[in-house]
Amino acid sequence: MLGANKKPTYVGSNKIIFLKRGFNINIKGKANETFIEEAIIENFAVQPGNFRGVVPIPKVVVNSGDKVKAGDLLFYDKKRPELKFVSPVSGTVKAINRGLRRSIKEIVVTKGEKMEYKKFDSPDLNSVSREDLVDFMLESGVWPLIKQRPYDLVPDKNDIPKNIFISTFDTAPLAPDYNFIIKGKEDIFQKGLDVLTKLTEGKVFLGLDANRKEAPSDVFTKANGVEKTYFKGPHPSGNVGIQIHHLAPIRGTNKVWTLGIQEVLTIGNLFLNNIYDASRIIAIVGEDVETPGYINTYLGADIAESVRVCLKDTKCRVISGNVLTGETKEYGEFVNAFDYLISVIPKGNYFESFGWFIPQKSRPTFSKTFLSRWINPGKTYSVDTNTHGQERAFVATGIYKEVLPMDIYPVHLMKAILAGDIERMEGLGINEVAEEDIALCEFICPSKQEFQAILRDGHRMMIEQG
Amino acid sequence: MKRLLKYFKKIEPDKTKNPFWFSLWESIFTFLFVPDVETSGTGTHIKDKMDLKRLMIFVVLGLVPAYIFGIYNIGHQHFLALGQYTGFWEGWNLKFAHGLIKLVPILVVTMVVGLGWEIYFASKKKKGVEEGFFVSGFLIPLLMPPDIPLWILVIAVTFAVVLGKEVFGGTGMNIWNVALLARVFIFFAYPLSISGDNVWVSGFDNIIAGIHPDYGWWHSGFFNTIFDWFGLDKFDSHMAIVDGFSGATPLAIAKDGGWDAVTQAFSTHDLLWGTIPGSIGETSKPLLILGGLLILLTGIADWRITISAVIGIIFSGLLFNLWGATPLMTIPWYYQFYLGGALLAIIFMATDPVTAASTFKGKWIYGFLIGVLGMLIRVINPAYPEGWMLAILFMNSFAPLIDHYIISNHIKKRLKSE
Repeated sequence: MLGANKKPTYVGSNKIIFLKRGFNINIKGKANETFIEEAIIENFAVQPGNFRGVVPIPKVVVNSGDKVKAGDLLFYDKKRPELKFVSPVSGTVKAINRGLRRSIKEIVVTKGEKMEYKKFDSPDLNSVSREDLVDFMLESGVWPLIKQRPYDLVPDKNDIPKNIFISTFDTAPLAPDYNFIIKGKEDIFQKGLDVLTKLTEGKVFLGLDANRKEAPSDVFTKANGVEKTYFKGPHPSGNVGIQIHHLAPIRGTNKVWTLGIQEVLTIGNLFLNNIYDASRIIAIVGEDVETPGYINTYLGADIAESVRVCLKDTKCRVISGNVLTGETKEYGEFVNAFDYLISVIPKGNYFESFGWFIPQKSRPTFSKTFLSRWINPGKTYSVDTNTHGQERAFVATGIYKEVLPMDIYPVHLMKAILAGDIERMEGLGINEVAEEDIALCEFICPSKQEFQAILRDGHRMMIEQG
Repeated sequence: MKRLLKYFKKIEPDKTKNPFWFSLWESIFTFLFVPDVETSGTGTHIKDKMDLKRLMIFVVLGLVPAYIFGIYNIGHQHFLALGQYTGFWEGWNLKFAHGLIKLVPILVVTMVVGLGWEIYFASKKKKGVEEGFFVSGFLIPLLMPPDIPLWILVIAVTFAVVLGKEVFGGTGMNIWNVALLARVFIFFAYPLSISGDNVWVSGFDNIIAGIHPDYGWWHSGFFNTIFDWFGLDKFDSHMAIVDGFSGATPLAIAKDGGWDAVTQAFSTHDLLWGTIPGSIGETSKPLLILGGLLILLTGIADWRITISAVIGIIFSGLLFNLWGATPLMTIPWYYQFYLGGALLAIIFMATDPVTAASTFKGKWIYGFLIGVLGMLIRVINPAYPEGWMLAILFMNSFAPLIDHYIISNHIKKRLKSE
């Protein structure tokens, strides 16, 4: 790529890391910088399954019909009772839905006309001890918004993270623009960062986007008390895991924390305004969306209500998250807790004659056997859920590393997991890799292997081993 | 196409009752139509347009130039032995016809036997038919002398597919290159049919002056009738091998006489473009490079292996030039590429991703050692002056070891930096 190693002027004297390997999947249906006003969402849910490391059947303290305020306790973990989960909105508890083997799938709250917030008494950051601060965050329900790497677990209250990492951009297909989401929230964001710096023995790292023509939002570039690093390169350069790998990699039993920017805002709001504000700006994107754009809502929004007003076609797949890592959602299900994106793509249940040789529809591809990779690399494509081929054993070897900007051997790691060899998995760096980081390997795989499912299994084995 | 799709769905055999017919049906069906399978939802929701079928077909496309030239050259060598039509375009219809008569049965037998086994094992494993043999099946004929007895081919392909691949678990699990296994089997079990001076020129019982060509119905019946309609030259079984024709490959000549003897028998132009005796697909260097560019530039074959093998050949070629103890050692290093199957081997067979080293560093080592070993066997081996088949199979065996050391190093580095 021409000019790939050119430093944008706005980077100035800040540190910049160039990542050559990776691939941007350009898809039709990117969000415009406008709000879809007509979307009226009444139901919100907290899904215990979204928080890794929480028991499948937590203790629910509300009954359906109870009135709750935003910030009121809904349930807590049975193994670690200090982990408390609170309501994102005020209103009435509508249902407690159970899933497989009587696990709690979700606690649904119907939002009332006017938002009422539970008042918290947040401590003064300058004088509070770390212990009290942690206790307050547990009590107020913002603690589970933090993810611990490796494995994206809800962190333990006694753990002190080596560092905390926040990526301020997303390079995934049709990703929302974080600069749009953060607009006008500098005070809240800064407050959130101030809280986080109190929690780590190391630094709070902020990953900034150097792929844009203009500089990222001032909210990010002018943040104080944090270590800022620019990243330039194709997807997955925006993944926090890739950034950790290049800034201060996870080694041995080290633990680090990561947060999304809107989770930082929730923490900031708690300390600035003494409320649990779980408001989220979520992008609705995809070719099957009438006018792709953003909605102003809260954590765990009803997905059908979110997309109802803007769907072109009902024969599509609705995904909470992006098309590489997201989860398929059916009618009556809810946006996952950490997602800022709803992707809608057409279903791909069609036969294509000689499609493997002469494709009838142009589709995104990493393979140089297609002319489009040579003559028009920037083209945006339609996509669908067809697998474009059948699953086979691993054959190709070199290509996976070309989309993974880490010092990792992805195929060897996958094979170690399939063989259940814990020691080898560890040596090959399973603790550094998150599912989203190898999603591109899965996308380009000509053998159609499920990298993310295999890695998930490996993480499960690692957690069980302790 | 819609009607064809409907028809195919109608004739779908029962998977449990007739697993073999189902596997056969499925392999044809998925060849005609990419299935309507959707992503599972536990991983990426979209997938790359690329799949193994496309990957394999590109290797086959890369072999097409070698195939076309191979067909021509079978006929060309035949008529050189007869001293007729020695110009390149003279008697082109006869040359292509003779080439087709020789090559088509080899290709058909290889494919039927190999794919038959693949379908059988797929039906046993209850999985889709793997595309791996598609490439092996196109490579095997190119490695054969044109007169290879078909029954030997049947045994060799069976050996390669069953014992070389399926017992290890099928495509992706095999240790040795399947096409080369077929060749090495013939080389050790039936050496007379694949080495010596008699096998590289087809259509004769023996390469002795005065022997008449051995024409069958396809020559004198089928093609002669067609050529008659168009007023073209016809096959004539009264012709005989001319005096002084030996049928020896340039390498065999070089072994005793060095480069001077080679250039007395063939011009460098012949050696480069490939109008010389040899295995069907190995002779034309520019066309192999042309096909090679297709798979190297599209990333199907890893350029690291081919480049490092070229470096290995040049390196050992230079060393041998310095040594200069035997006629083969004195051949200028750049002419080593003009001889034997070096290019076919390092472009199309060393790069097989399944049997090659799988790490980038490993690929450099693997390719380089193939270059060095191939030259070593070619030049030093007293019995048989060609080494690529053995060099690649040998390095196939060591590829896991190379990877093991590179991965162990990688693991140690990670654990150390704690």
